[in-house]
Amino acid sequence: MNILTGNDLKSGAVVWWDGTGWSLYVDDAVDVGDRAEEILAREQSARRVNAAYAISANRDDNGVRPAHIKERVRALGPTVRPDLTLKPKDPAAMNWVI
Amino acid sequence: MYQYDSYDQAMVDTRVEEFRDQTRRRLEGKLSEDQFKPLRLMNGLYLQLHAYMLRVAIPYGTLDSRQMHALADIADKYDRGYGHFTTRQNIQYNWIKLEDAPDILADLAKVEMHAIQTSGNCIRNISSDHFAGAAADEVADPRPYAELLRQWSSFHPEFSYLPRKFKIAVIASDSDRAAMKLHDIGIQIVRNDAGELGAAFFVGGGMGRTPMIAPCIRDFVPLDQLVTYAEACLRVYNRHGRRDNKYKARIKILVHEMGAEEYARQVEEEFAHLLEQGIEPPLAELERIRPYFADPEFETGLPSELDRSDPEFALWADSNTHPHKTPGYVSAIISLKPVGGIPGDASARQMHLMAELAKQYSFDELRVMHTQNIVLPHVRIADLHALWSQLEAAGLGAPNLDTIEDIIACPGLDYCSLANARSIPIAQRISERFAAKGRTRELGELKLKISGCINACGHHHAGHIGILGVDKKGVENYQLLLGGSEAQDTSLAKITGPGFDEAGIVDAVETATEVYLSNRTEGERFLDTYRRIGMEPFKEALYG
Repeated sequence: MNILTGNDLKSGAVVWWDGTGWSLYVDDAVDVGDRAEEILAREQSARRVNAAYAISANRDDNGVRPAHIKERVRALGPTVRPDLTLKPKDPAAMNWVI
Repeated sequence: MYQYDSYDQAMVDTRVEEFRDQTRRRLEGKLSEDQFKPLRLMNGLYLQLHAYMLRVAIPYGTLDSRQMHALADIADKYDRGYGHFTTRQNIQYNWIKLEDAPDILADLAKVEMHAIQTSGNCIRNISSDHFAGAAADEVADPRPYAELLRQWSSFHPEFSYLPRKFKIAVIASDSDRAAMKLHDIGIQIVRNDAGELGAAFFVGGGMGRTPMIAPCIRDFVPLDQLVTYAEACLRVYNRHGRRDNKYKARIKILVHEMGAEEYARQVEEEFAHLLEQGIEPPLAELERIRPYFADPEFETGLPSELDRSDPEFALWADSNTHPHKTPGYVSAIISLKPVGGIPGDASARQMHLMAELAKQYSFDELRVMHTQNIVLPHVRIADLHALWSQLEAAGLGAPNLDTIEDIIACPGLDYCSLANARSIPIAQRISERFAAKGRTRELGELKLKISGCINACGHHHAGHIGILGVDKKGVENYQLLLGGSEAQDTSLAKITGPGFDEAGIVDAVETATEVYLSNRTEGERFLDTYRRIGMEPFKEALYG
């Protein structure tokens, strides 16, 4: 699947296109198929998100998982500070990142 | 240390308000990201993997307790309770909100700090010897000259859009503790046979994808021509630097392609021209700056004996102190490399403590080392045990300076958008491995440096052991390098062969140390043994 990501303009937080807006959670990401350029152009003008781009991902039973490790690190947070990730209380959260 | 005059303060305050207005316009949608990006970068604000990252300049790594407290307050108020000290003696915050950035810069300005020229193709924060003004082996304190150059290079209109970023280091001893020859310009303050002070210029060094050691292009520039000569070096670079190719735009490429002799000739020609123009700041300016770096009032007649009755303390004192020019004092190094910790990270609580300890024990001064540790430069030997006790209680008492646990590591793929692989977990696993086996002391001085990409922020080219993280078809892979040094015996490390996975690289480092232990002769460091026996025995052990 193709999903869209960028950084929130105000906070800089990593965000994912959920079909209507930008979510903090990669599991909310939707497959944009071949509409990536159209959505990115529109969102660029709306100026809610910085430097958005399309990436490849897969959806499995556990959720949406970006294909590349860099995007998986972006999706969860720094692997060396589990307390600062989006799932600080889930000791298994890192398993799908690396 | 240097204190802003009204001009310095006005410049920084004005810049804060300018950036506040630019940020407001960005948030209101009146500036696009393409328009705003160069403006935020000029104020040290990057967009990294997880958020905006703010890099704050710490000129030549020197700061006082008031400033360290302010850095801690920023970590608490605007970030997530910690900061990361970098290999350019700066500090970075990883979780900054754009809307907070102007307020942070305003808070910094209140303590005479800023983030100007911590990014962009300009002259960056000037680094220096972290023991400046304290070391027994320096011919002069290099910081007044670094400060003079800082003032010259700040907002310099001709050098604000160089072909590429530009890094300068200034030292004043034969022992190089600032990786001087791996800078765009390395300056060593020297004394000639007539007893006069001058500056030796080394130009065209650097790490990154094309590491080079800077050749000396002039061994003595009179100090009353220091700025003029630096200006000449920059002018020739600005004129001929490769603006057409980012990867060939650093001055090291120019010096290499032009040849050091021809580059030096053109610098001399420009220098002669500039001398006629009379651009050198008046000597009075240097004399105005110099008293800010005067020695504190050191006590005399202090005991130089160390009470070694506490073995853990004695271990730390032997490892983490450096000789001072004044009897009865040492420079004490606070390790930011606890076993299994993140190299260079300090919590706000730890920063506050270091600030208080500086006030209590070190004439209110701290230094950031390019090796990502903190120095209290002037500590009475008699106070060392009390100091160590407080450090130990706060997790800052690791006795591991210059050992395999004292690893330089860039933020890597955990934070950096340029990185290809994670650096920090590799550092953590290596320090844990060697600490658990109790081998750290046995190995002695062993400088290990890790970069998560070819840009080499972790100085892997200059490690006795270097590690470079690469992306191998979407999987992290680590190349092992041996034989680098960023000290006065500067050398560039060589790659051993095929890379390793995350677990394999830790094993490979251990294998390399075993080769060293089985081959070393009396008094040899890892680097010495490598230089004597060469790469082959290591390759044989690593790859069979």
